[in-house]
Amino acid sequence: MDISSWDGTISLAEFHVAARALVEKWKRVSSASPPWSWVSCPKQPWVASHEVSVEGYLSLENIILVSIKEEHDELLSFPQKEETSCSDKEESIDIATLSQSDRDEICYYDLHIVYSASYRVPVLYFRVYYSDGEPLEFEDIKKHLPAHSAKTLLDSKWTFITQEEHPYLKRPWYKLHPCGTGEWMKLLFQGDVSLARNGAAIEVYLISWLSFVGQVVGLRIPYEMLNQL
Amino acid sequence: MMEAQKYVWEGAIPLQIHLHESEVTTLPPPLPALILAPRIGYLPLLIPHIKPHFNSTLPPGVDTVWFEYKGLPLKWYIPTGVLFDLLCVEPERPWNLTVHFRGYPGNILIPCEGEDSVKWSFINSLKEASYIINGNCKNVMNMSQPDQVELWHSVFNAGNLEAYLKVSSKLKLGTAGHEYSANLNSGSFVSRQSTGDTDATGQVKTGRVPVRLYVWGVSEDFDDLEDAPQIDSWDKISYINRPVEIHGEEGKCFTLLDAVKSLLPEHFQYKSLTNEESSKEEGEDEQKVPSEEGGENLSEDVESCYPSDNAEVKLVRIQGIEPKLEIPFSWVVHNLMNPEHFLHICVCLKVSQVKIPSDG
Repeated sequence: MDISSWDGTISLAEFHVAARALVEKWKRVSSASPPWSWVSCPKQPWVASHEVSVEGYLSLENIILVSIKEEHDELLSFPQKEETSCSDKEESIDIATLSQSDRDEICYYDLHIVYSASYRVPVLYFRVYYSDGEPLEFEDIKKHLPAHSAKTLLDSKWTFITQEEHPYLKRPWYKLHPCGTGEWMKLLFQGDVSLARNGAAIEVYLISWLSFVGQVVGLRIPYEMLNQL
Repeated sequence: MMEAQKYVWEGAIPLQIHLHESEVTTLPPPLPALILAPRIGYLPLLIPHIKPHFNSTLPPGVDTVWFEYKGLPLKWYIPTGVLFDLLCVEPERPWNLTVHFRGYPGNILIPCEGEDSVKWSFINSLKEASYIINGNCKNVMNMSQPDQVELWHSVFNAGNLEAYLKVSSKLKLGTAGHEYSANLNSGSFVSRQSTGDTDATGQVKTGRVPVRLYVWGVSEDFDDLEDAPQIDSWDKISYINRPVEIHGEEGKCFTLLDAVKSLLPEHFQYKSLTNEESSKEEGEDEQKVPSEEGGENLSEDVESCYPSDNAEVKLVRIQGIEPKLEIPFSWVVHNLMNPEHFLHICVCLKVSQVKIPSDG
């Protein structure tokens, strides 16, 4: 990939390569954390044909992103089984510094990474819900987002995070706007000399992208993910 | 050229809007509201005109307005004309819709906070179109405040085409087939070649065109529109939001059919027109030209029969008309696109087997 003339965007085929790379590396590096998985979706679900080609998206579901009130790093935690009782949940949460009031407000995230043909970049879709499955109101989501995200939301209410229809699930999800993605991906790659020289740049595209975008919702990427092989 | 745009801009659909019976608290129940809805507009923008009609009969509570057609909640961010073309295969006049002021189906429909939601959905679509055409959204993001207001008002009122064109031209969103230099992500060249048979625009460019395709399928042929199956679930429609890529090729005209096929590669082995094809098309019936009256028979399939195609295009509807599929795509785009610069195309495909979707 010739970084100098590259505009930071990728093709659908490249997205698939990058997605596979993310799934594999994540599994290897953080085998204890919940895995990203690829979800295949038929393009036209109403056609009963074996030849219908299949698209898909990356999914990481049922995770807790706890924001600790002192604005320390957000932690990536284990998914909780929905059928456990309240007291069981408290014991199985593996977060040392969780305060009592935080525990009452635990909310779960589903994160999906979907390719946008218009912008030619990945796009983050997410939902947030309480342990009973009840979705959070947008006002409450704002409270759970890291401080810098909440501020950006204040400044650009309609253009930063919006609710849109999930391209595959056809339900309302929150979406992070992809408008500037190409530009900052290009900057990111240009700024990293080793990436620029490395022919396998596409394989780290999604991982690099996620390390930026994940910060919006408070997803921390294990450091090892960002090391070159 | 202005003519076609003017017709599109002024196109409207007569609606007869009934209040859902669960929300009628008075006797006699209110009569339905009759309103002419601009094709290029959006249903929530009609609410200020409809609400007074039903105000006195509504139950107490906060308004959360939504529309439905035959039980199907309508997606408010799809232009009214597209909803009509898609859901009313045989055009119904007036179009009978039901309005609800309570009980918003938030698990299916994105919330709508009135005009602001619609405006920002429009602007975000415009940014997306701009990105597709130019590779960036800068011109939209850098619009002056007065220009933004002017743009939105011209769409909101669907009144002033001149005002819209004035502001819109500043955005430099000339689409393929017009004079602009394409700055493509792939860095490919601009080809300036006129096609053999002159189309009004004259030039074929390499570029990406914003298109939103709404595809539904049938497994059996139907000759009359009234025999077409009713779409009663959004699961029966594939929404394809993907730009059409045009590669200008000398002597070849990129047609509307080419464009549709290129977005459905799983059904069509898309190839550009060969000599073999052109002669085949001469022998086929001409597709009937636009008519908004219902009940016309569909013309015979203009599909060419590649052995590898596993579907046939039965119906292509744009802005309420069924254009001849051989029309140059660039003409269609320039004249029939919506104000946010997307071309919305409703397509019915005949496929060998249609699955019955499960509920939910």
